[in-house]
Amino acid sequence: MIYLKLFWSFFQIGLCSIGGGYAAMPLIQNQVVDIHGWLSMSEFADVITISQMTPGPIAINSAAFVGTRIAGILGAIVATIGCVFPSCIIVLSLAYIYYKYRELSTVQGVLNGLRPAVIAMIASAGLSLVILALWNGKGVSGKIGNIDFLSVAIFAVAIFILRKWKVNPIMVMIGAGVIGLCVYPFIR
Amino acid sequence: MERNIKFYFKLFTSTFYLSAFTFGGGFVIIPLMRKKFVHEYKWIDEREMMDLTAIAQASPGAIAVNASILVGYRLAGVFGAMISILGTVLPPLIILSIISVAYTAFRDSLIVKYILRGMQAGVAAVILDVVISMLIDLFKERKALPIMVMIGAFVATFILKVNVIVIILASGLIGAVSMYSSKNVNKSGRIK
Repeated sequence: MIYLKLFWSFFQIGLCSIGGGYAAMPLIQNQVVDIHGWLSMSEFADVITISQMTPGPIAINSAAFVGTRIAGILGAIVATIGCVFPSCIIVLSLAYIYYKYRELSTVQGVLNGLRPAVIAMIASAGLSLVILALWNGKGVSGKIGNIDFLSVAIFAVAIFILRKWKVNPIMVMIGAGVIGLCVYPFIR
Repeated sequence: MERNIKFYFKLFTSTFYLSAFTFGGGFVIIPLMRKKFVHEYKWIDEREMMDLTAIAQASPGAIAVNASILVGYRLAGVFGAMISILGTVLPPLIILSIISVAYTAFRDSLIVKYILRGMQAGVAAVILDVVISMLIDLFKERKALPIMVMIGAFVATFILKVNVIVIILASGLIGAVSMYSSKNVNKSGRIK
């Protein structure tokens, strides 16, 4: 039965992808392209491209895309539930343990060690995004010509506004998108 | 805080809204949640949000989904977690289901491309802003070990591309060992 297959495939993807979206990509490819043949390799590449253009995790995006293609809206819902099910069980168990034992000194110690590591991981993800935005995905290089100056300007203004007036980040993102739409067509 | 219909509606709409703007990878939801739940609603404090981020990162599945499960659970138990998962998965579910019908047109659209180029710079600024705030707080504490752990973990992730699980286990272990070697722990195992 197709719904069961969708559920089980995305359950495995949800269970095995630790460490963010890029870790999930090979797993999704394995299930969706290699094992079940629900998408061709080029369609899968398109799903990845579209995932980068739309909000939301790659695994959920793939579940919704594949589910809809294979078995309509219900297929999308079933695949998405399969994808988040393992997270639900595991994260809720960890949350229960955290709130029960967080006063214990060992747990406090572990958490004290984790906090700076979390900052480092967010900083690393952030720096990758900055490089992607400012060099237009071409990677850091000495060539001035590869720098996207409009991106640099948007980035500089955005960071200034955020630091100075603590504005809502979503407004900054929308504003940056509007500027992109209004200016990019004229500077090619 | 009363857990009435109004509260659940607020939880649902805020997770839905944040999820709809999580462009550029799961970590982007952390600054958005911090702004909404820590600063605006004051439902969760800063340190707790960091702990929840660590748990979300260490667990299988998408960081954005895991973080909203944790926030929902913290605010209103398992039912709260269900509400916040629903809010978080609905935007990508709806968007991708619609796009899957005519995805080549979307993929090749210049308008979409221009908006996204602009947004990318905005997203980079949003996440960097949070990193700056977190670093200022970290350095204000004036403790050597957390700063060293941060620098070590940064080099490990960004330059050496070490698996996040290894980093989480190592930093957790360093924290636990340093807690044991410090003196302000009494015999019952609780902090004085």
